[in-house]
Amino acid sequence: MTDAVHADGLPGGYRRLLADRLWHENPSLVQLFGLCPLLAVSTSLVAGLGLGVATTLALITTSAFVALIRRFIGAEYRLAAFALIVATAITAIDLLMSAFFYDLHVRLGIFVPLIATNCIIFVRLERFASRQTVLRAAVDGLATGIGFTCALVALGAIRELTGHGTLLADAALLFGTSGYSLTVDLTGGGLELINLPAGAFLSLGLLIAARNWLIQRKREGEPETSVDNETATVHM
Amino acid sequence: MGAADPGSPRRVMTGITLLAAVAAAGVIIATLVHDSTRQQIAENQRTAILRTLHELVRPQSYDNDLLADATRVIDPERLGTPQPVIVYRATMKGVPVAVIISSVAPDGYGGPIRLLIGIDDTGVLTGVRIAGHQETPGLGAAISQDRSDWITVFPGLSLVNPDPSGWTVRKDGGYFDQFTGATISPRVTVQAIHNALIYFSEHADSLFADLTDKAP
Repeated sequence: MTDAVHADGLPGGYRRLLADRLWHENPSLVQLFGLCPLLAVSTSLVAGLGLGVATTLALITTSAFVALIRRFIGAEYRLAAFALIVATAITAIDLLMSAFFYDLHVRLGIFVPLIATNCIIFVRLERFASRQTVLRAAVDGLATGIGFTCALVALGAIRELTGHGTLLADAALLFGTSGYSLTVDLTGGGLELINLPAGAFLSLGLLIAARNWLIQRKREGEPETSVDNETATVHM
Repeated sequence: MGAADPGSPRRVMTGITLLAAVAAAGVIIATLVHDSTRQQIAENQRTAILRTLHELVRPQSYDNDLLADATRVIDPERLGTPQPVIVYRATMKGVPVAVIISSVAPDGYGGPIRLLIGIDDTGVLTGVRIAGHQETPGLGAAISQDRSDWITVFPGLSLVNPDPSGWTVRKDGGYFDQFTGATISPRVTVQAIHNALIYFSEHADSLFADLTDKAP
């Protein structure tokens, strides 16, 4: 197997892969990829979760498929093949969501088909899936998706709590009518600014600052940790 | 497969074949998923529309198929748009019960405001819902049912209650509340509802003509 060397050459196993995608190289909080859906959809926790799960599904399926046919894709037309694969996956996910989570699908609107343009996916396919085994590519897709979902859910929760004064207000979109019992209503009002695009940027900035603060506090007294290969190369 | 010459005919052919295969597989997958979800999606859309309509007309009060019996009418002056406007018609045993007019307030602050206006056969409003708008968040957007309960003032009102001079916002000497800092959105919404009531009073009979004819 020609890719074995390459695959094993990467530092760490799956555990490391997960930690990197979720925390050290979180696509939304560190690499700042896919900001458009992140900012637009994060007005509530459930909307964020919905788009996060849909994006994760797209990441897993496209990563696995690209890894499967990686030996046949030449570098010259790889991007064209990726576009076709991603478009197919998103079309299927869009239709399935419309069939089984109709209200959530209506709520997310254009941002489900727009997952196809999320650069997180293309970056993972180009940087990782096209050079890895199917399993590792799928796990990478899953981990990246979870990292993106966590950021979306955190941002959604913060904005829903401060913007509307509720939490899980639209849980019924995801869990059926039993979802109403999950709803937390604090004040019955909120800060309208947070619901606007400017509020999205403010919240994201604060979230990134909080993450940096945590890391800085942890680093104090610790020796400088090694920098991962991926982080250095990803900034294009 | 050597990486030596990316322009070699063999490599180009492999590329074309692979892209064609991926495209073909994509078309097949998309078609299969589309075919297997089409019915469910149509059913979902139907349920979603009916759910909104049932906020304006009680499901027990009629026995026809609201969506199948919908009709389209054009009246730019009264219904706010040169486009055909959908009117859902509810009947019970062939007798008119109510209509839901999907009219438009063309002059909202942020653009047209799309409305669903329920009117019973006596010309009394059963309710109003905002179906779409781009009014200012925090100000004019409060006309919408998911932002405030302003819209719930309309059920029970008609052309004679309040009288015509009352069919505007308080600022203009009318009966309806405006919002602090946002007069335009509630004003044009009230106007659009009043116009729809006038339209119904002028066309009540012809609106149901084809439905009552086929009644036994």
